[in-house]
Amino acid sequence: MQRIGVFVCWCGSNIAGTVDVKAVAQALGHEPGVVFSTDYQYMCSQAGQDMIKEAVAEHRLTGIVVCSCSPRMHEATFRKTAQAAGLNPYMVEIANIREQCSWVHKDMPVGTEKAIILGKAAVAKVHLNAPLTPGESPVTKRALVIGGGIAGIQTALDIADAGFKVDIVEKKPTIGGKMAQLDKTFPTLDCAACILTPKMVDAAQHENIRIFSYSEVHEVKGFVGNFDVTIKKHARFVKEDICTGCGACVEKCPMKKIPNEFNLGMDNRPAIYIPFAQAVPKVATVDPNHCNMLKNGKCGLCARVCTAGAIDYTQKDEYIEEKYGAIVVATGFNPISMDKFDEFAYNQSKDVITSLEFERLTNAAGPTAGKLIRPSDGKHPHTIVFVQCVGSRCEACAQKGKEYCSKICCMYTAKHAMLVRDKYPDTEVYVFYIDVRTPGKNFDEFYRRAVEEYGVKYIKGMVGKVTPDESGVLKVQASDLLDNKQLHIDADLVVLAAAIEPDKSARPLATMLTASMDTNDFFTEAHPKLRPVESPTAGVFLSGACQGPKDIPETVSQAGAAAAKVIGLLAKDRLKGNPCVASSNELMCNGCSSCANVCPYGAITYEEKEFRMPDRTTAIRRVAKVNPAVCQGCGCCTVACPSGAMDLNGFKNDQIMAEVDAICK
Amino acid sequence: MNNEWVRDEITRMSGVNPKKCMRCGKCSATCPAYDEMEYHPHQFVAMVENGDIEPLLKSESLYMCLTCMACVERCPRGVEPAKLIEAVRLTAIREKGANRLKAEAVPAMLDEDTPQQLLVSAFRKYAK
Repeated sequence: MQRIGVFVCWCGSNIAGTVDVKAVAQALGHEPGVVFSTDYQYMCSQAGQDMIKEAVAEHRLTGIVVCSCSPRMHEATFRKTAQAAGLNPYMVEIANIREQCSWVHKDMPVGTEKAIILGKAAVAKVHLNAPLTPGESPVTKRALVIGGGIAGIQTALDIADAGFKVDIVEKKPTIGGKMAQLDKTFPTLDCAACILTPKMVDAAQHENIRIFSYSEVHEVKGFVGNFDVTIKKHARFVKEDICTGCGACVEKCPMKKIPNEFNLGMDNRPAIYIPFAQAVPKVATVDPNHCNMLKNGKCGLCARVCTAGAIDYTQKDEYIEEKYGAIVVATGFNPISMDKFDEFAYNQSKDVITSLEFERLTNAAGPTAGKLIRPSDGKHPHTIVFVQCVGSRCEACAQKGKEYCSKICCMYTAKHAMLVRDKYPDTEVYVFYIDVRTPGKNFDEFYRRAVEEYGVKYIKGMVGKVTPDESGVLKVQASDLLDNKQLHIDADLVVLAAAIEPDKSARPLATMLTASMDTNDFFTEAHPKLRPVESPTAGVFLSGACQGPKDIPETVSQAGAAAAKVIGLLAKDRLKGNPCVASSNELMCNGCSSCANVCPYGAITYEEKEFRMPDRTTAIRRVAKVNPAVCQGCGCCTVACPSGAMDLNGFKNDQIMAEVDAICK
Repeated sequence: MNNEWVRDEITRMSGVNPKKCMRCGKCSATCPAYDEMEYHPHQFVAMVENGDIEPLLKSESLYMCLTCMACVERCPRGVEPAKLIEAVRLTAIREKGANRLKAEAVPAMLDEDTPQQLLVSAFRKYAK
């Protein structure tokens, strides 16, 4: 028989406001096995914890029930208290009388009655609790960073500086991501390349960092501390270690009319290319969809001009297997497609562009060498209209855009408008906004400067439609809500601040990592406030815009935070596992595979085992076996098992039934 | 008329929830009949939400809306202003003797070019 102590917490007035805590302590004191019952204002405080420790010693307690907040909040706290008092930490049960009781009820008698019932259930469970000991597993001291944008680069650098090995997997031929495509950065207007490219070089030269460019994560197995990852390295038909990046092949390639994705299709590149001058690694890549040699076996010019002999048309995709202790997701974002926004004539006129295209148009290394011209006729635009919130803040059922605010558009539009007025003072610049959102250090000052010093015309309202006429003028029809007017502007260039969305590679990756996502395909954090850089899946961390829209300073801070978490994990030699894992009763298991089929972690395997049968015979039977290091204790298998052979430590079927019985009594 | 009751009746009839409006003004930006209107589409939404319906019921703007549905198509929040205008118009013409188009007036309007369909739809919109 257990000797159980019950501790009812007031949580200030959080619980005591709607639950008569004294009555709860008194009622639970009469439950069988309960030898001590009390209440206190803050059970989680030092004084409260001491009270528990003293009671354990004084009343020789073997089990503890704490009626308090959610176990997600303080279960770990009270388990430590129990351990300090000499009890097995798994002899503690939490009755959640805050989130599931006092916070949802307004009526004191109702709240009190429910709190007592929840307490009784916890007491009934403790009667069947058994001491549990967690297993241990080693930690592979190497981290994987998926995505080589500013988020991934910063995380990798921080982890590598702490002395751990890091691999970056980047699907493009170069690292750098979106930031490499930007011109200037708000609110300080430093040049993006000037602050990014040194970091790219640092990453490439760091002794602890390996970069797998033009590669993707193909398969992920294992668990925190012990991930087995297969990386697919796409054939680039150039030997990376030999290519010097001289560019002779790029110059000679006869296939020159391929839309250049780095400049968003605003100019062309050859079939063998280096995305931009500061690319890392600076090696050429052959585009197999356009190379004549690879398609038809005719040409071979690049191989002939390559003095280093780096071209290899027979190269195949390569699969690399590596072990990692931690994985950081830094897959980033993309602007959404403008196809569903016919009203802005994006697909009708070349002079309607997105903001990212505008970045390339004003970038000194861009398709126009930084000269702002109309893409259609190369003329200097005199009237430019910026449209904010294109596809952002769209109600979900509108099916066109995204429900969230993309966060960065207000600031980069202010930057674009300001830079245009600075460089071309003869240009009229209009910005149509719904709200100007500038919560950030020096952000609002920056926006006001665009208005007050640079004379950008901010108009509260939205553009309703853009109609290109025969002469190439863009007829913009918009509303000015403050003046209660409909405006008609003849514009030369229209810039759309397109909403941003997570990269398309994020969803399949989340499935591989069993990491959760929200409905917008942003990765979910373990706790929105207190654990913002961890995924709920142990060992998986989040960096940058894959978790939600972010600007560069925020991305870099989060990247550093994710690195700190990874370092904290890799610094450990061994990890304590969760003892609440499944196990199968071999005598009851009929080998049906139902459990293995539902296990999301691949923790269940089968083995042929010899069993003694009646009359001194033996039989070989197929039985399930759980790998406790891989099992996460979700309990799916216990529900799927038709013969009741699967059980979950700490949540055994009879414990759960005892709780249900106590509640229904 | 009780304003609150009328407002609830109008939102019920139209199925529009004016609270979803985020005041972006895209409806008024897109409206081809904007210049003919005293109250513009975004004002319709705000005025209905505020229960300020009397002036709308009396306004000529009700009959200037072409029901082209451009505002419905383009509203980022799915508010559907045209449906709201339609509901206010119905509320107006349902008053006794408030038919906007009377059968007796039709013969004078007829000419070779006017399609019959136009008359049918005009009756649907302007008479109870």
